[in-house]
This record gives sequence, structure tokens and C-alpha cells, in this order.
Amino acid sequence: MKYEEAIKKYDPVIGIEVHVELGTATKMFDAAPNTFGGGPNTNITPTSLGLPGSLPVVNEKGVEYAIKIGLALGCEIAETCRFARKNYFYPDVPKDFQTSQSDEPIAAEGEVEIELEDGTMFTIPIERAHMEEDAGKNTHIGGATGRIHGADHSLVDYNRAGVPLVEIVTHPITGTGDRAAEVASTYVRTLRDIFRALDVSEARMEQGNVRADVNVSLRESPDAPLGTRTETKNVNSFRSIERAVRYEIARQATRLEAGEKIVQETRHFHEGTGETSSGRPKSDADDYRYFPEPDLVPLVPSRDWVEELRATLPELPAQKRRRLAGVWGFSDLEMRDIVNAGLLEVIEETVDAGAKPAAARKWWTGEVARLANQKDQPTAELVTPKQVAALIGLINEGKLNDKLAKDVLTAVADGEGEPAEVMSARGLEIVEDTGALEAAVEEAIAANPDVVEKIKGGKMQAIGALMGPIMKATRGQADAGKAKDLILAKING
Amino acid sequence: MSELINRSALELAAGLKAGEFSSVEVTQAHLDRIHATEADFGSFITVTDDLALETAKAVDAERSAGGDVHALAGVPVALKDLVVTEGVRTTAGSKMLENWVPPYESTVHKKVKAAGLPVLGKTNLDEFAMGSTTEHSAFGTTRNPWNLEHVPGGSSGGAAAALAGFQAPLSVGTDTGGSVRQPAAFTGTVGVKPTYGSISRFGIIAMASSLDQVGPMGRNVADAAALHELLAGHDPLDSTSLPDPVAGFVSAAQTSDLGGKKLGVIKQLRGEGYQDGVRDAFSAALDVAAAAGAEIVEVDCPSISYALDAYYLIMPSEVSSNLARYDGMRYGLRVDPESGPVTAETVMAATRAAGFGNEVKRRIILGTYALSAGYYDAYYGSAQKIRTLVQNDFAKAFARCDVLVSPTAPTTALKFGAEAASDPMALYLGDVATIPANLAGIPGLSLPAGLADGLPVGFQILAPAREDVKLYEVAGPLEAALEASGTRVLDTLVEGLTTK
Amino acid sequence: MTESSAITPEQVEHLASLSRIAMGEDELKSLAGDLSTILSNVARVNEVAGDDVPATSHPIALSNVLRPDVVGETLTSEQALASAPASADDKFLVPQILGEE
Repeated sequence: MKYEEAIKKYDPVIGIEVHVELGTATKMFDAAPNTFGGGPNTNITPTSLGLPGSLPVVNEKGVEYAIKIGLALGCEIAETCRFARKNYFYPDVPKDFQTSQSDEPIAAEGEVEIELEDGTMFTIPIERAHMEEDAGKNTHIGGATGRIHGADHSLVDYNRAGVPLVEIVTHPITGTGDRAAEVASTYVRTLRDIFRALDVSEARMEQGNVRADVNVSLRESPDAPLGTRTETKNVNSFRSIERAVRYEIARQATRLEAGEKIVQETRHFHEGTGETSSGRPKSDADDYRYFPEPDLVPLVPSRDWVEELRATLPELPAQKRRRLAGVWGFSDLEMRDIVNAGLLEVIEETVDAGAKPAAARKWWTGEVARLANQKDQPTAELVTPKQVAALIGLINEGKLNDKLAKDVLTAVADGEGEPAEVMSARGLEIVEDTGALEAAVEEAIAANPDVVEKIKGGKMQAIGALMGPIMKATRGQADAGKAKDLILAKING
Repeated sequence: MSELINRSALELAAGLKAGEFSSVEVTQAHLDRIHATEADFGSFITVTDDLALETAKAVDAERSAGGDVHALAGVPVALKDLVVTEGVRTTAGSKMLENWVPPYESTVHKKVKAAGLPVLGKTNLDEFAMGSTTEHSAFGTTRNPWNLEHVPGGSSGGAAAALAGFQAPLSVGTDTGGSVRQPAAFTGTVGVKPTYGSISRFGIIAMASSLDQVGPMGRNVADAAALHELLAGHDPLDSTSLPDPVAGFVSAAQTSDLGGKKLGVIKQLRGEGYQDGVRDAFSAALDVAAAAGAEIVEVDCPSISYALDAYYLIMPSEVSSNLARYDGMRYGLRVDPESGPVTAETVMAATRAAGFGNEVKRRIILGTYALSAGYYDAYYGSAQKIRTLVQNDFAKAFARCDVLVSPTAPTTALKFGAEAASDPMALYLGDVATIPANLAGIPGLSLPAGLADGLPVGFQILAPAREDVKLYEVAGPLEAALEASGTRVLDTLVEGLTTK
Repeated sequence: MTESSAITPEQVEHLASLSRIAMGEDELKSLAGDLSTILSNVARVNEVAGDDVPATSHPIALSNVLRPDVVGETLTSEQALASAPASADDKFLVPQILGEE
């Protein structure tokens, strides 16, 4: 069954688990450096290697970052919480348990607002954000290429083992209808932006700093109970997230149509084909035997600390958009155009530099964007917000009209200098010298007696015929209003 | 045999300070004793002659150069082979770690080294400290120097035997449910389990994290106190390490008086079902204490009846998780399956089957069961609640008296094989008096109270959490009073020693 | 032995698989017996304390033990691999992991 059909027939419910690697200097539970790169098995201590007798100690910065993320997601920060051991055997898990949090996450119950491409806002309910540690990395070596003759094996590097992670888990996301895939990817993109705004992670998807597991289930209708879900693991680009959700919706619908059941399982996503394949079914083996980590003591974040951290939170993208739209008096459509064009920051800075919001928007989305497009450069980088603000200032002062300002802007973009400098250097300033203007007016009147007669006869629109020669004489720098006043004064005076 | 081996640690320290003999002489005397008696006692898994003498030489040199050395500098010590020693094989008594040479140092060994105590070697123990007899070691049997047909107790059996066999003047053990106090009782020595968090666990191979505590051991109270002072103190590498300052344990042991001290006899550990000789020796010691001015009261700690049950759920649960890392992937033993596919999973299972002994496996399986879905609340959760009840009982009891007392173990040292009894619970019952202190985190000490049928009997003292000094305030004068009354346990052994 | 605490060899087999220990039939049987005995003795723990009793996970109550985010001493790859059963290219060499590609 095709996706388009599937989405008409079934109501999708998604759930997303996002892991973000924190940008701390050291690992979550030991003082090994948390850095990307370096030789294999060099960023390790006895604790990150799980040596007998080694013990964990919590990284204060890791907790701080987790609290910041929790606050940014609108979560409650726990009064007290503990770490727990999640017990399972795997070669890249040095202690054969992962130190995580189970029923006592540091942050719980929040929500994130996301904005879809067309401006539709959607609220994602957050169940929890908790701290845990990353595992090492396996590289599979085939029997043919491996050093052990004929045997497949893996090589393990524990540099990543113990790197601090925060896992953010959503409640089931319902009501997305045919936009499930877009909601999923936009949500993860929004989180990525939040992590960057908070400066808690480089949040580079391509480096695996942010990883998403995507749960999908289908049901007959929004009133029906939740269906059996699958969890597609480690989908690591926005595009892949959309593809994985679409694929799973179509795949599950096809099975349901054929009267088959959905197996609760983890699935793998394949970049090449955009398909998912069956991984491991959920089973008794997933009995992780959680219990409070006895080697770590409870965490009791003081309310003072939490409030201190809350005060340091930068304004998050969605909040900022809402605030600025209100202050600037922009419509939702105008705001969305600005955001989509990546011009929110520069317009804000232009306004801060003294320009009126409407003028700032007009210039950035208009002439600056046009010039940038012509030059094939990013709009926000063509000129600086200060330059645009200065340009608008010159217009307001009456020194430039729109036409002259466009010329000035072009020259500024070409690197000729600041707007005022360009204006003087090129002599583009509106002519204030009434002497020169009067001379041009008199010349024009003298040269066009027939036009003067028409004006005298009440045909005011005939004035336009005099403006051409006047502008020509003043090289366009004449203030049209003043010239008109002068003409009427001379003719009627 | 050199008479140096008969001296206590503090006597040796005084002699070294006075220049009566050198640390090399003292260390060599103990190494000679070890080599002469190991075939009988089997206290050690590894003897580190060269390292010990190297340290001794360095300390002698520093002392003769007028350097400022630690009070115990030059006095040899034996470390239970659960203490990680960088560059020296550390086995935990398990085949799993038979050839493991740690690339890092434990805080305990760091302190011992920094203070200049020559380390004689690594002592035998029940595998991963699981057992009460030291029979569950992958490295042979340790015998009780009092009678080679008897066990030395466990799991710090090697540590205790080394003391009682005059192979070492000081030993470092560990105590998870009585593993220092019970072997001390069985060998007529002094063993201390400090308050949980008093001594760093960093570099102590974990058995049950919330119960494990390093324990100083000596042949008398002041020696143990001196070692306790050396080892205690805050360690930022152990999250459960207490930030408390270290009290003067030695001076508490040497200068205190029993007059006015209130000793609470725990009703539930009074000795019902205990060996007659144990009960008698305990009562006699109480009489000596009373004669020395102590007030004896009885206290009720009803929850203690459930302590053993709680312990045998919490301990294996933590064991099952702590011992997961021994999977043959990163260090230690790796064994391929005898048949079938060779995968990480099958190699892990074959390695753990071959590397762990039966008692360890039994506890891992029990712990896995207690933590598994559907049983957690009934078992682990309930056991943690009993822990709270035991703590509450102790708090009430300590409101009425300075310390609590009981026999350390229901029996004297058992004969080899006695434990082979089919019912595992019967053996676990031997820990009934020591376990409550581990559950509650409070400090405890065992000192010799006399003999029963030629074997030592232990007298246990318990103090409130973070008030370890109270152990010594009672144990010091009680030891003196017992000796004055003619109960000179160690002298008996020294006589045996000289005729050997 | 109460019925509820009797452990079957099949249960032990599952527990052995969860804890990655290969076991033969005899071992499963004998452990089933041991576990049943132990559990029947300790099963009463859930009758002792009511809902009002808090659980104690740590014997001494400490909280907020945190470490400054400062890099400390690390092991070299030689130190890390010195005890490895097998290694190659400065990495730990482990048998094939099922389910990996």
C-alpha cells in the first residue's frame, strides 16, 4: 500500500526518543576527555573501561546541561532523583550495564512547540528528559578481511563509552494525520536548534551528536486504542526521519490490510533504500533489571540552582518569534517569511540599530534579498544590519529617496564603504541646495512654455513633464516635492 | 624464627622509630615466616617479596636521612586480593582474573604506599569475597593457624590467617556481611568494619556496592585503630565516601575507660542456638566489662530477625550487576564455547561458566531473579524497606546506650567441609550477627573474648554511624580488662608458634 | 517450601541466559533447588514492611556528590589493551556480535 493511501485509511501515532551528546569537557561519570577523534582507546580511564574496582562520580556540568535542557522543554526539574543501572550484556557496554535514570528522571512533563513549513504550529508533549552515558563503538570486520582467519569479529573502541547523553522521550504524538513525517523531522530539528541555543551540544546530526529513535503505530481512527508500535533505531538525519516514518506507515498499513499483525520490534533504517528492516523482537531478554545505582548518591538539585540556571537560559527560537511578532506588529505570514528566509536575526539587529521594524523587513526581504539572489550570496551576509539601519536612517532624514538608496545599497554590497560614505563619494545625496534646484526649475519653465500654459490652465498633472528635465539637470538628486512646490510658486507667483 | 614477628604493629613502629631495627629486617622476618608457613596456612595468593623489600629500603633510607615519615612507615602489611594494586596481579580469588595486572591504583594501596608500609602480598579470599570460609577461592585453601583442620573464616580468611599465623602484623580486609569481623573472630584477631564510606572503595573490587567496606585488621585493638586512621578519609573518586574528618582512633583505644560506658546487649543476638562455648565466652566477657565499670543493658532490635533475609536479596542483586563486567571481552579470562557458533554472546556465556565458581554463580542467579521484572517490588524493594527498619531499630537502641554488643559469630571456626551441608541457608546463618551492621552502614568491631574448645571466640561491638571512635573507646579498655582477667587469647597461639 | 517460591530448572535456564552463564542440566537442577530453598526462607520480606516504610538504597544518606568538569589522568591504549584477551589496531577484538552488520 502506498503512503498516500495508508495515511488516508489509518491514523498514525508517533513517538520519538532523541539522544543528544552533551558538549562537556569530560565524560558523565569520569574525568576522561569527552572529545571527538584521537586514537582508539585513548580517551579512557579505569571507570570508562569498567575495570574491576573503578567507580563513577557525576559530572556537575552534565547535570547542569540536563537541567537546562529540561527547563527549555518546559519540564519540571525533579526535587530529587537517582541514577539507575540498566543491566544488559553487550561488548561495547564496558560494565555490562548502562548507568541511566529509570523512574526518577531529572526532568519530566514538558512540551515543545514546533512550526511546520506552512506555519502550522504543533505541540509535542514531552514525557521526560533523563541523563545517561553513551556506549563504545563496534566496527564489524568480516571473516575474509579480518585477522582471525575465517572468523567474523568486531573491534571495539571505548573512547565514546561514558560520554554524557540526555535522552528526551515524547508522549505518544497524536493528531498529526498526514503530517506525521513532517512533524517528526521538524520536532527533531527544533530540538537541534534548542540544543544549539542552549550551547549544551554541538548538536551535529552528521557526527551522531543527535540521534533519534522513531516509534510508529497505526490505528483505524483517532478514537481507537493505540496499535502495536515499532521502533526504528538511530535515524540520524532530518530527511531520514521523514522517510523512515513514511516507510513505516506504508509498511504497517500494508500488513494490516493483508490481515497480518504488527510485530513489536526494533527496526533498522537503511539510508540507501529508505526502507526499514526487522531487528530484534521485544522479548523477555529486554528485562533490564533496573535498580538504583548504589555507587552514586541521590541528586537533589536545589531550587536556587534551578532558578539560577533558568535565568541563564537564552530565549528559545519559538519564544523569540512569538515575542518579536508582537513587538513588531508583523502578521504570522510576514513572520514566517522572515524565519524561512533566515532573516530573523538580521532584522532584529537592524531594529536594534535604530530602524523601524517595517522598514527593516521591507529592505531585507526586498532589495537586499534581490541583490543577494543576483550575486548568489546568502541574504543575511550580503550587508550588515548596521548598514541597512544606516541606509534607512538616511532615507528618514530625507537625504536619500528609495531609488538613490538602492544605488547606495548596491555600492555598499560591492564593498565601496558605509552608506553615508558611498552617498557622499558618489554624490548621490538629495539636492538640498535650493539655488541649484531653482536654477533647474527656471530653466525647465523657460524651455517649456506650452507646459507652463497647461499648468496655469489647471492641468496639474502636466507638472510631471517638467520633472524630467529638472531631474536630468540635477542628476536625479532633486527632491520631487520641493521641485513641485517651486514650479507652482514660480508659475503662480 | 625472628622474635620480630611476635611484635604488634605499634611495637614495630616504635622500634623502627627508635632505630632498634630496620624496616628491611622487619620485612624480611615476615617474608621468611611466610615462606616457612605458607604450605600450612595458605594465606597468600601472591607474595611480593621484592616490592616489600624495595619499600622497606626506601623507608629506612628516608628515616636515616631524617625525613618526616608516617607513624606506621616500615611496618609491613598484607592486602586482601580484592584491593587493586597497580602492576601487581589482583585476582579477587577468581579464575576470571587469574592473570589480571591492574593498570591503575586503588586509593587504599595509594595511601599504604604513601605512608611507606611494605606490602608483603595479596591474601586469599573467597571468590569475589563471597563466602565465610575462604574455601571458595580459585587459589587453594587457607587454614586456620589455630588448628589446620579448621577454616579461618571468610571471606577475608587469608588476611586473618596471616595475622594469626604471624605472617603479617597488619592486614587489610573487606567486609560486606561480616567478612572482616567473622574471620577475625575465628582467628583470635581484631577486625573492624568502619562506617560505610569511611574508607574509599575506589579500587576495591566490588561485591555488593551498598554493603562493601574496607576493614583494617590487626592482632590487637590499637593496631587495627592505627591502620584505620591511615586508611580512612574522604576520597573524591568514591561518591559514597564520607567527608568526615578522621578521629584519633589509636588514642581512643589507648586512653579510654569502661567506667560509665553503657553496653547494650542485642536481645535478638543474645546467643540462642549459638555454640555453648561461644555463649559462655561472651557472657564471661560481659562480666569482665561490668567489673571494669561498664553498665550492661538489654536492647530490643526486632527487625534484626529479618536482616539476614534482606541481605540475601540485596547482596546478590548488586552482585549480579557488579559481576556482569566479567564477560571476557576487555580483560581477564576468555573461553570459547565447546561447541556451536562462536559469537560474543556464546563466548561471554562460556567465559562466565568457566570463570566463576558455584557460589558466585548461585548468587548471580539469585540476584538476577530478585531484580527481574515482576519480582523487584516483592524482593529487592521489600528488602530495602527492611534496611530502613533495621536502621530505625539501631537508632532507637543507640539512644539508650553507647555501643551494642553480641557474639561475632554463632560458632567458633568450623572444620573443613562442614559447610558442604546441602542447605545453603544453614551456612548463611553464620552471618546473622554481622550482617545488620552492613545493612545499616554502622561500624562494627570484633575482638577476641576467649577460647571455646581451643578455638577463639569473637566479641562484636557496634557503634552509631560516623562514630567509629566509640568502637575503640570500648574495645581498647575491654581488651585490657580481658587480658588483665587472664583471657590472653593470642598468647596461647604465640606459645604454639614457638614450639612449631 | 511454599509453592510460590519453588523455582523450576526452566526458570533457572532463563535467569542463566539473562546473566550470560552457560549451564548444563545438572547445574540448572541443583540451582533450582538451592534457589527454592533460599527464596522460601527470604520470601517473608514482603510481609514485614508496609507501604509507609521508605526504602533505603544507600546506608548513609549523602546527596549531590558532583565532580568539576575537568579532565584528569587517562589510560594509554597500551595500558587499556595490556589485559585484553585479544586486540588489533589499538582496539579490543571481540567475537562476532549477532545482529550487527
